[in-house]
Amino acid sequence: MKNPVSDLFGKSPIKPLQEHMSIATGCTELLAGFLGHAYQGDWHAAGESYNQIRELEHQADQLKRDFRLNMPNSLFMPVPRTDLLDLIAMQDEVANIARDIAGIMLGRKMAVPAPLQEDFSEFLASAVAVTRQAQTAINELDELLESGFKGREIDIVFAMIRQLDTLEMAADGCEREIRHKLQALETSLPPLDAMFLYKIIDNIGELANTSQRVGSRLLLLLAR
Amino acid sequence: MELLTQYGTLFLVLACLFGFFMAWGVGANDVSNAMGTSVGSKAITIKQAILIAMVFEFLGAYLAGGEVTSTIRDGIIDPSALEDNPQYMVYGMLSALLAAGIWLLVASMKGWPVSTTHSIVGAIVGFGAVGIGVDAVNWGKIGQIAMSWIASPLLAGTISFALFASVQSLILTREDPFARAKRYIPYYMFAVGFLITCVTLIKGLKHVFAASHISLNGFEIVLYSSLVGLVVAVFGALLLRRIEPDAAAERDNRFHSVERVFAVLMVFTACSMAFAHGSNDVANAIGPLAAIVGVLDTGTIAAKSKVPDWILLLGGIGIVVGLATYGYKVMATVGRKITELTPSRGFAAELGAASTVVLASAGGIPVSTTHTLVGAVLGVGLARGIAAINLRVVGGIFMSWLITLPAGAILAIVFFLIFKGVFG
Repeated sequence: MKNPVSDLFGKSPIKPLQEHMSIATGCTELLAGFLGHAYQGDWHAAGESYNQIRELEHQADQLKRDFRLNMPNSLFMPVPRTDLLDLIAMQDEVANIARDIAGIMLGRKMAVPAPLQEDFSEFLASAVAVTRQAQTAINELDELLESGFKGREIDIVFAMIRQLDTLEMAADGCEREIRHKLQALETSLPPLDAMFLYKIIDNIGELANTSQRVGSRLLLLLAR
Repeated sequence: MELLTQYGTLFLVLACLFGFFMAWGVGANDVSNAMGTSVGSKAITIKQAILIAMVFEFLGAYLAGGEVTSTIRDGIIDPSALEDNPQYMVYGMLSALLAAGIWLLVASMKGWPVSTTHSIVGAIVGFGAVGIGVDAVNWGKIGQIAMSWIASPLLAGTISFALFASVQSLILTREDPFARAKRYIPYYMFAVGFLITCVTLIKGLKHVFAASHISLNGFEIVLYSSLVGLVVAVFGALLLRRIEPDAAAERDNRFHSVERVFAVLMVFTACSMAFAHGSNDVANAIGPLAAIVGVLDTGTIAAKSKVPDWILLLGGIGIVVGLATYGYKVMATVGRKITELTPSRGFAAELGAASTVVLASAGGIPVSTTHTLVGAVLGVGLARGIAAINLRVVGGIFMSWLITLPAGAILAIVFFLIFKGVFG
């Protein structure tokens, strides 16, 4: 039965947005395990890891689609509809990049040279830390709504975004370092392997970058 | 007037039946709209909502329902136009009850957001203008009522906006919102107690006081209302003391404990909403009944007299029976669908709507409680308080305005002509 009072309340976009970010973060968190299997050359276990990532990425896609379909123009929301749509597209990009990293490495059965492995893991961890921080900020959305996007809550989110920027800079530092180390080794590697290692480094850097952009997009949403 | 003496009992029984049926419909459908926000925000359970509604709908109807009932009874149709044919008033009001009842039945089956108030007013204007004569309708009053239908959602929205903005700036955006909530919420409780007592004293108990030769001046009314408000606030503050912050739940949402404080406040606003609804909407059912009883008692179109107590009682009981037999189901459905409303928003919307409706009741103006509440919710939404509001509903409400008035009117005209044909 229809009812004017209950029909007035649309489905909140915030919960699905947070759920989507949590899944995207889940994708990136699985990468460390994948990398471990790849270091050991256990491509069977790595394949399973990849399947998990792909499964999550698929879930994220599904959520994104539902989210877009549930965003009719007639919804009146405290934040612009386009901002939310941008935000979820960016979050989805994080999941996509994580899937691509695992996909390329698995497809080429890429070996990471032993002297680089530790730095490589560290670099990945620094990028995942950025994603986690972005998720923490996204998790503040319901509290932001609660306080009408004003006051103390804004300061809390600003502090989180500052922390996000610091983490992204740290990831940048790791990236520079690992590029130097790879450059020192590159002549000893088959040229194509070296090329693809650079490609993976690019992608991990992109992971950190995109996660940071999720945070900046959130900031833009507050700076109205 | 032989006709009225001959068929008097029949008309009276019919009027009571139709009136009771309308009251039942108000209880079954309308009350759940009024109380749905409380249930949806999980401040109170459905059982508690029904209990609150039963008590306060009845109190509202009985204590403060007289003014709007008078308006429906003899404010819309000019009684002097009917002096020669008082039986037309009886046919007309019976037709209005039938027409509105049938229209509401059709509309709720189709899921249209129509208002009881609009149906009954449309029906009365219809039989008056066509059945009796355009001059028989008090167009000035109709203009005033129609204006109030636009003004009431606007006013409710403005009040809710202000209430919620005050909650934001006093509590939600500050350091330690939990402590601040406990400190400031009793003031809102005071406002609830003050408002209801004020309206009851000014308008509702007028006849009770007149009978026992009590008269209150403005100062005394404010004094007594403040006293009641104070009692309510102290009682509420005592309830608030029992609420402890829940650190575990706050990790998930920092405002979890704050909202539990607001949930207590919402019990109070739910009472005020039920009271307001009872005071305004009971008239839709018993206003026409009161008019019929007036004619049958005196054989003429009675000059303004007070609405008999037993009629208010009948209306109040009808609402409670409707609530108990069917309304609780609707309330459960409405409550289940409103999942995104927190007590801090729900209270602002409810108090905004309740104060608007209670003010209208005091002025004897029939407004639509549901539409007023929709306006109030939009007000909270404008203060960036609600995650998503479906604006299509607002369009649906405008459409229902445009359809309900002529539909109620045409049905009433048809019934009126039938009555006239049968009884003469």
